[in-house]
Amino acid sequence: MIRTSDLISSAGRALRANPLRSALTALGVIIGVASVVAMVSLGRGAQASVQASISSLGSNLLVVVPGAQRGGGGVRMAPGSFESLTMADVEAIEREVSGLVAVSPSQRGAGQLVANGLNWNTRIEGVTPAYLLARDWEVEHGRFFDEREERQARKVLVLGASVARELFPNVDPIGQSVRIQGGMFEVIGVLESKGQTGFGQDQDDIVLAPFSTVKRRISGRQRRADTVSQISIKTESEAALARAEEDITNLLRQRHRTSEGEDDFTVQNLNSIMETANQATAAFTGLLAGISAVSLLVGGIGIMNIMLVSVTERTREIGLRKALGARKADILHQFGLEAIALSVAGGIVGLIIGMTGAWGITSIFNLPFAVGVDTALLAIGFSGLVGVIFGAYPAWRAAQLDPIEALRRE
Amino acid sequence: MDALISARDLVKLYTMGEETVHALDGVTFDIARGDYAAIVGPSGSGKSTLMNILGGLDTPTGGSLSIDGADMLALDDEGLAAFRNHTIGFVFQSFNLLSRLTAIENVELPMIYAGVPPAQRRERAKEMLHRVGLGERMTHRPTQLSGGQQQRVAIARALAGEPALLLADEPTGALDTQTGKDILALFNSLNREGATVVIVTHDLEVAEKTRRTIEMRDGRIVGDRMNGAQAA
Repeated sequence: MIRTSDLISSAGRALRANPLRSALTALGVIIGVASVVAMVSLGRGAQASVQASISSLGSNLLVVVPGAQRGGGGVRMAPGSFESLTMADVEAIEREVSGLVAVSPSQRGAGQLVANGLNWNTRIEGVTPAYLLARDWEVEHGRFFDEREERQARKVLVLGASVARELFPNVDPIGQSVRIQGGMFEVIGVLESKGQTGFGQDQDDIVLAPFSTVKRRISGRQRRADTVSQISIKTESEAALARAEEDITNLLRQRHRTSEGEDDFTVQNLNSIMETANQATAAFTGLLAGISAVSLLVGGIGIMNIMLVSVTERTREIGLRKALGARKADILHQFGLEAIALSVAGGIVGLIIGMTGAWGITSIFNLPFAVGVDTALLAIGFSGLVGVIFGAYPAWRAAQLDPIEALRRE
Repeated sequence: MDALISARDLVKLYTMGEETVHALDGVTFDIARGDYAAIVGPSGSGKSTLMNILGGLDTPTGGSLSIDGADMLALDDEGLAAFRNHTIGFVFQSFNLLSRLTAIENVELPMIYAGVPPAQRRERAKEMLHRVGLGERMTHRPTQLSGGQQQRVAIARALAGEPALLLADEPTGALDTQTGKDILALFNSLNREGATVVIVTHDLEVAEKTRRTIEMRDGRIVGDRMNGAQAA
């Protein structure tokens, strides 16, 4: 019986005898594995990025906006394009739906902030103190306004990190005055930074003010006094999310006297949006990996081709080895191992190239670089499998050769 | 002397299309241990077929053949491979060395298939190369060696597994006259040291250098004589 170490060194020698040919043969697998690894890593990075940006909006969050997103006939309005939600709806949700930890109405507005000799145009969101909890947001510096200040419509502001940076580049913004549409407001806090959304929108380019203040002094003058532009709701757990979504939908239908398909409001469930986004990126990753796998297949066919050529070229060698006492199994193993060695070597090089490529692309596009051990093992295991599959037939052909015929061959 | 090879009514049939060819047509002979014999005959006489059968590369269609105690008609594929590995040492006309291996690695080759540990087989290969007079050229590759030297490497390889039978197929066919004589002298000295040697050749001059000549024609043995010229 031949020793395994001799089998391995014999395969190594055969491959080293023709280094250029071996390298070119492995190139097919290198390209295949590199592209699969790069695509899977990129897909994972994109997925992680989408997940991070969606969960930065808040966890276990339901957002109710006016307008129908889907539904029956007639004119469909874009969500938020008109105001069908009222403070009464907010109070009804707080009163009648269980399993909620925070319910905050918000009133959207926009305006120019002037302070410190600088000015900045931004979104001014009127909210209640529950908003921070609903959105998983924190005040980094200073404080948030309380219930009393909200009820009294005090002219206080909490700045988003970007706004604070633009208006007060060198000064502590706390206690500073800001003028909005002729009124003077006091800055009482700065929010922690949330970064960009998955769509490149700066989440920190915002100013939070008491709901009633925005209603009365910034955006409310032209509109009905009791409408709200959005309701942010946080449930106590992920499990309570679906139930709360249904309860809120039913409650609002009842209050608005609408039936399914004619709703004048939309309840958005961020978890289900995240799920959809995940599915989309996973499908996309799968598609890219699938296309890459085709090149791996082509690489495998290249190995089979070269191994068949090699068996033909080395017919005399095979005949000699058999004459010296090699069994069919020894020949089968020798040639099979050569194919596997080619393919696995290609797999390892491909893995390194693929990871480097993925790292390069993720750093260019600012995506997280996510490479798992499983990707590496999968790449190497897969290339080994390619070697086994495409090396099997040439190796079998070699093993079947008749030694007399083989020795006679020139 | 007991018989190393004992052949009785050996028959080998080949079917070529419609026609059946009797490559061996009832061959009976014995070869004793320590003998030095030549099998001669023109091409088509069946001597190559006989050599392939003696070497375990082919199996007879009928008759009986026992070599070193093995019933050659009963061996399966694996059994034949093991037989070739342990019992036979082949020497070919065209040397059949692997060009990417050094001389010593070529000699180690049959021992690899016998599963001999590396250190032990390197030692044995060195010993064999010294024995054929190539102690100085162990790390040369075949292309760096002359034809005679290559054939010596091949003989060292054939000896490495301590075979019961050294089987040479036209061993001088690719060599010039003087080198051929040297190689035959080497066989002669190996035989005197105890090796059983069978040379298959069409060259009567080569056959005369052995102790015994078995002559074949049309698949039959037509002559079997001791060579008086063999002085030993």
